[in-house]
Amino acid sequence: MALALQTFATVKDANAALKAAGTRYLGGGTLVVRAANEGDVSVSGLIRSTEPSLSTIAVAGGKVRIGASVTMAAIARHPDLGTLAKTARAVGGPAIRNMATVGGNLFAPAPYGDFAVALLALDATVSTDDGETPIETFLAKRDGSRAIVTSVGFTLPPQGGFRFLKVSRVKPKGVSVLSIATVLQQAPDGTVSSARIALGCMADRPVRASAAEKALLGRMLTADGIAPALAAASDGTSPITDPIASAWYRNEVLPVHLGRLLLA
Amino acid sequence: MELRKNYFADVRRDDLHEIGQPRPRSDSPGHVTGKTAFFADRNFPGMLHLKMVRSPHHHARIRSIDTSEAEKHPGVVKILTAKDVPHNVYTILILIQIGPEDETVLADGKVRWKGEAVVAVLAETERAAQEAAAKVKVDYEVLPAVFDMQEALKPGAPLVNEYHGQNYYLYDSGECRKVRFGDVEAGFTGADHVLEQSYQSSPIEHAPTETTGCVVAPEGNDRFTCYTNTQAMFFTLDNTSIILQMPGSKLHFVGGTVGGGFGGKVDVIVEPIAILGAKLTGRPVCFIYSREEEMQISSPRAAEKVVIKDGVMKDGRIVARKVTGYTDAGAYSRHSPYGAQKGAGHYPGPYTIPNVWIDTYCVYTNRTPSSAMRGFGVTIGDFALEVQMDKLARLIGMDPLEFRFINAYRDGDMKAHRQPTEGAALIECMQEASRAANWPVAEKYMAMSSYVKGA
Amino acid sequence: MAKVPVQFTLNGSEKAEFVDSGTTLLHALRDKIGDTSPKGGCHQGSCGACSVIIDGELRLSCLTLAETCDGAVISTTSGLSDSGVLHPLQRAFLDTFATQCGFCTPGMIMAAKVLLDHTPNPSRDEVVEALSGNICRCTGYEPIIQAVLTVARSNSQNAA
Repeated sequence: MALALQTFATVKDANAALKAAGTRYLGGGTLVVRAANEGDVSVSGLIRSTEPSLSTIAVAGGKVRIGASVTMAAIARHPDLGTLAKTARAVGGPAIRNMATVGGNLFAPAPYGDFAVALLALDATVSTDDGETPIETFLAKRDGSRAIVTSVGFTLPPQGGFRFLKVSRVKPKGVSVLSIATVLQQAPDGTVSSARIALGCMADRPVRASAAEKALLGRMLTADGIAPALAAASDGTSPITDPIASAWYRNEVLPVHLGRLLLA
Repeated sequence: MELRKNYFADVRRDDLHEIGQPRPRSDSPGHVTGKTAFFADRNFPGMLHLKMVRSPHHHARIRSIDTSEAEKHPGVVKILTAKDVPHNVYTILILIQIGPEDETVLADGKVRWKGEAVVAVLAETERAAQEAAAKVKVDYEVLPAVFDMQEALKPGAPLVNEYHGQNYYLYDSGECRKVRFGDVEAGFTGADHVLEQSYQSSPIEHAPTETTGCVVAPEGNDRFTCYTNTQAMFFTLDNTSIILQMPGSKLHFVGGTVGGGFGGKVDVIVEPIAILGAKLTGRPVCFIYSREEEMQISSPRAAEKVVIKDGVMKDGRIVARKVTGYTDAGAYSRHSPYGAQKGAGHYPGPYTIPNVWIDTYCVYTNRTPSSAMRGFGVTIGDFALEVQMDKLARLIGMDPLEFRFINAYRDGDMKAHRQPTEGAALIECMQEASRAANWPVAEKYMAMSSYVKGA
Repeated sequence: MAKVPVQFTLNGSEKAEFVDSGTTLLHALRDKIGDTSPKGGCHQGSCGACSVIIDGELRLSCLTLAETCDGAVISTTSGLSDSGVLHPLQRAFLDTFATQCGFCTPGMIMAAKVLLDHTPNPSRDEVVEALSGNICRCTGYEPIIQAVLTVARSNSQNAA
C-alpha cells in the first residue's frame, strides 16, 4: 500500500484517525519519513494535526509548557529558554533543528534523542489527551504509546542548576557517543541535596543514573566528593553498540564525561 | 602554496603554459548552479524501480526461492532470479585474464556473505518494489561461516568459494605472490637486532555522498543507454557485455560524472542487472543503492594484516626485511587478487634493503567483498612500514628521520623485485620535510642526493 | 493511489502539481518539477545534499512531504543565478575551488545562503556551525568555509 498523509485540524480527530492499522503520527518527519524512505513498509498512513496549541511555548512563574510540534530551532531561540538552548542546538544540524520536534524527540531511538535526555533530568511530564504522565514512565512505555503527545511541561531549575553535555566524535555536529543531563541542588554548605542525572545512549532510550544520583547526595562537588557517583555511573545501564561506539567504550568513558560535567 | 624550484632545476622547464598555472575547473560552473547532470538526474516516463532481496546470512545454501506472492503484488512488473541472467557467474578482472569467474550476479544455490543479491524486484514505484521484496520467500540452510583470515587459511575451515576450491587466491606463483631477493635468513643472522611486529586494519567504507546506481533507458532498437556513476566506464561496459551476452555495440554507456567515488564505484554491480531488467520489460529502469546499501553492500577497502620482520644494524642500516601480507577479499575476488599483488610489488617500501622476502596472500572469508579504494594494497602497508620504521629507529636510539635517510632508495639502487630505481626524489622530499617541519637532521643528510651515491 | 494538489512558489515562480500523497518534496522537485539541483544522498537526514530553503528556513527536502509545503516559498540552488550572472556564493565556490565532485555543492550553497541571509558577516565558527549538517567527502571543508567567509568579507566591505 502506498504511503498517504492525512491532516486534521484537531488533535482529537487525529487521535481518532490513528486508531486505524498501519498509521503513524508525523511530527517533523525526521523519524517517520526517514523510516519510509529506508523501506519500512509497515507504515502506510501518516497522520498529523495542525492544532495551534501544538506549536506554542508558554513560560510563566517558572513553569514551562512546550507544544509537541515545537522545533529544536524554536527552543534554541526562545528568550526564556536559555537554559535549554545548548541542548536544543546539540540536536542535528541547522536543517534538522528546523524540523525535529520536541514530541518526536521523545520517540527517537538511541543514539538520537538528546533533548529527551534533558527532559528526563528535568523530570518533565508528558501530556496527551488522556492526561499527564511522568516522563520516566512515558519513556519506558513509549513503544506501545498511541495517543498523540500534545506537550511537555517542567519547572525551570534555578540558574546554573541544569547542566548538559553531548559527547560526539565530530565537531560541531556529530551523533552522540553519549549525552548527559543533570539537575542538581546544593545545600548552603555546598553539599548536594538533590540530584537527577539522565543518560543518553546508555540504553535504547534515555535512562536515569539512579545509583549515581544516590551516591551524590550529601557529597561536595569535588573530585573526591563525586568519586562514588562516578564509580556507580553505569550501574543498571545497558549501553547501545552502534557504528559510533561500542557498549564497552560507552561504559568506559561515561564516568570521565560525567565527572567533567559535575566539576564544570 | 610555495614552489621550491631549487630541486631538480636541471630537469624542469619553467616556460610551460599550463603546468604550474592555476586554472578554473571546467566542471565547477555546473556544480555551483546545480546544472551538472548526475546519473540520477535523468528521469524517464514509465521508469521502473529495482530493489534487491538480499541474503540475511553470512553463508547459507538456498533450498528454494518462492516469488509467487511478490509477483502478485500490485505494481510489480518483473522479478529476476539467477536463471534470468545469461552469464550469471563472472569476475571483473577476467578482462585482463585474471580468473576464475567466481561471483554470481544473482545468488545461485548458495550465498557467501550477508547482503549478497538473491532476487531483483522491478516495480512501478520504489514503495511497491520494497513491499514486494518483503514478500519474496527464500528458504536457507545456514552454513558455518568464517570471518578471520587466519582461521580461513587453517585446514578444515569452511570453504567460502567453490570456484577457487581453497580459501586463498591461487596465483601462478602458488598460494601467494612472492618476492625473493638476497638471503633474508642470513641477513637476520648477521643483524644487531631483529624486530618482528604485526599490524592490521579493518574494512573502510568510501561513503561517497552520491550512492552507487544507474538509470537505463531502452533506445527502442535493442540498444540500451545506461547512465551510470561508475568510475570504470569501459570496464563496466565490457563486463556487462559478457554477463548479458550482448555485443558492446548494443550498450551505450553515459557517465564520467561521479558524486564521490574514491575507488568505491569500480565494481560492476548495478549496471548488468538494471540493463537486463530494461531488456526484459522494455521499460526504463533505475537501480540506486540506499544509504544503508552503500554502507553495507558496496565493497569496502579490504581488511589487511601485515607481519614485518626486520634485521637492523646499530649504525642504522636495515639488512633484512621479511613481510607477510594478508588481504581479506571477502567472499569474492573483485579487485583483491590485484590488490594483494600490488602489496608484493610495493614492499619493502621506499628503502634499499639487500635481503628481502615478501609473501602476500589474497584470502577469502564470508565478509562483504572488498575491492578498490585509494591506493588499495599499498596504503595499509605504508602505515605498517612507517610505524615499523619508527619502532626500529627507537630500538637503536636513532632519530627516525635520519634513520630513513640512511635507508632511503636512490637512483640506480636495485629494488627487491629487480627493477632499478629511477626518479626517486625521496631524499629531496625528506630534506624539504625536515625544513618545513623544523625537524633538523645532521648536515651530511642535508647534503645527500637521490642522484649521486655516497654524496 | 491518492493524488493531492500542491502549490508553492519555487525560485520566484508559481508551481502547481498533483503528487502522490506521501511524496517527499525532494521527489516532487526532482521528478515532477524537474529541478534536480537538490540531491538525494542519504534520504535519512544525515548528508544535507537535499537542503532547500522553505519560508526562510533551511530544510531537508528528503524528509519533508510535498503536500506540507502548500503555499510555501521555496528556494533551491538552481534559482540563485540571475540571468546567467552567478550569485556571490556561487562565484566564491568557483573561485576558491570549493567544489570537487559537486554532489554536495547545491546543499552547501543553500546552507550558506540561509546563514548569510540572517547573519551577513558571520564568524568562522558560525560558518562551521551553519554547514555542520552538510557532508562533503571530496574537497575537505576548508575551501568551502573559505568560500563562505569570502562572501561574508565582501558583505562587510559593502556595508562599511
